[in-house]
Amino acid sequence: MGGVLRRYGPVLTAAILLAVAVWLLLLVVLPQLLMVDFSFRPSLPPSKAGGPEDVYTLRNYATLWTNQIHLAIFLKTIWASSLVTAVTLAVCYPVAFYMAQVAPRRRLPLLVLMLVVPFWINELLRTFAWYIILAFNGPLNALLVGLGIFSEPQRLLGGDAGVIIGMVYVYILFMVFPIMNAMESLDRNQIEAARDLGAGWLRIHRRIVIPHAKPGIAVGCIMTFMLAAGSYAVPALLGGPQSRWFTEVIYNWFFEGGNWNQGAAYAFILLILCVAFILLMMRLFRVGLTDIAK
Amino acid sequence: MTAARFRRWVTGAYLVLFFGYLFLPLGIMAAATFNSSRFPTVTPWMGFTLQWFGALWADQRMWQALGTSLLVGAGVIAVAVPLGLAAALLLDRLHSRARTFLYAVMVSPLLTPGVIVGISTLVFWREWFGVTGGLFLTILAQSSFIAAYAMLLFLARLQRFDQTLEEAALDLGATHGQVFRRITLPYLTPAILSASFLAFLQSFENYNTTLFVRGLDTTLTVYIASKVRTGLTPAVNALSLILIALTILGAVVYEILRRREARRQPDPA
Repeated sequence: MGGVLRRYGPVLTAAILLAVAVWLLLLVVLPQLLMVDFSFRPSLPPSKAGGPEDVYTLRNYATLWTNQIHLAIFLKTIWASSLVTAVTLAVCYPVAFYMAQVAPRRRLPLLVLMLVVPFWINELLRTFAWYIILAFNGPLNALLVGLGIFSEPQRLLGGDAGVIIGMVYVYILFMVFPIMNAMESLDRNQIEAARDLGAGWLRIHRRIVIPHAKPGIAVGCIMTFMLAAGSYAVPALLGGPQSRWFTEVIYNWFFEGGNWNQGAAYAFILLILCVAFILLMMRLFRVGLTDIAK
Repeated sequence: MTAARFRRWVTGAYLVLFFGYLFLPLGIMAAATFNSSRFPTVTPWMGFTLQWFGALWADQRMWQALGTSLLVGAGVIAVAVPLGLAAALLLDRLHSRARTFLYAVMVSPLLTPGVIVGISTLVFWREWFGVTGGLFLTILAQSSFIAAYAMLLFLARLQRFDQTLEEAALDLGATHGQVFRRITLPYLTPAILSASFLAFLQSFENYNTTLFVRGLDTTLTVYIASKVRTGLTPAVNALSLILIALTILGAVVYEILRRREARRQPDPA
């Protein structure tokens, strides 16, 4: 703290501390704490707030266990998000390895730009592109019928498959960049040396590349899972009433059910799920929090 | 074919497939803009038209949503960039557990699903201040995590900053205010510009957080989503095409400037 005061002087230091306090307290920490507090209270009309019925309860959490439909949607959100994460990892790993270790240096700037550009494009627009592709009279149905794979067009929108396909596309770049960055710092000579000593490509990846890229793989998986589980845009556009996502259930508690306390409890459950996934990844890849929050 | 050539061929094919996968959907969406079919599609092709740009131009509610988005974007720049700057200035001078802890709290909004950022903001401001959803909450909710992006940009630039410049100026009798205005701030100007640019883009495309705090206000991204679900015409494709073209232009200019800056200032490491 003394270092801050010496460098910026009293006026600037006060301004800096005030700004950081406003950000972290008013915009980050207190809202989260209040949401959690809110989730443990019953939904009451304003006249009964603070009255004898306004006590802490677990009722809002019990709802998820008693409501079979909501529980099924929650469990589907978990496995579908895990599937999205696994597929993006499998698709991205070779691309990241190529970009970081194999690509000729002069070709790299263009390739990076080709990754950056779609990354910048609005998530909703990238989802909308798949709405066009998956439409009943859309190009994918036309192609599959033309190739003789389908005998007639199928409904591709409005189901879980469409949502998962869309999510893989929309969140794939959040997987590429962390892995690529982690692999870049691996000395190419290490791979050369392993190859000279007779290691096959499978062993090179298992013993050298993957251990080195672990923090990047962990970050990529965490980001992808978090974005998939917390996505509203993709299921809203590509899904239907039969393929609701947990975020859509939360939204309905707020804006159709009118029970904010219940919605807050579901939101907190979603947050716990994401934190649990982060802890799982840290355990699985044996990386610390400092490796992840870089 | 030798093993090495075979491997190169497979790698090349995989890359073509991958980049095709990234760009083809966007190309199909763009192409549907020019198909004179009432529903946006490329199959069957009914003939070339530009009529959907005209329909878009005449859409009053689209212009209103665009105005809202610009306003929110400006608000987010005004809130998130100074907050991120202050946070980076503070972190840059801390070396301890306190730094690790503060850093973790600051990046935590980036690891939180956007819907939860929106919900916690909505609940907190209604319960404590009686503020309901609208422009104000949209700006605050978006800023709470966009400030973290700005902080990371500033921190990266500050790490290459030669602090002896500030110390020399202080030794020569400059006040802290003068040092900040004449040395620190000019050094950070490129980062301020890129942080503002990123903050605006993040705000403009935000959907998940905005949906919960927008009240009765409609941003352009929210408007597009509602049009897709009710009343979809290729005018939505025309709008998407324009936005994508602008984004690509912005991304290319940003990358060129960033690379020029990186060349001019090689890493000390």
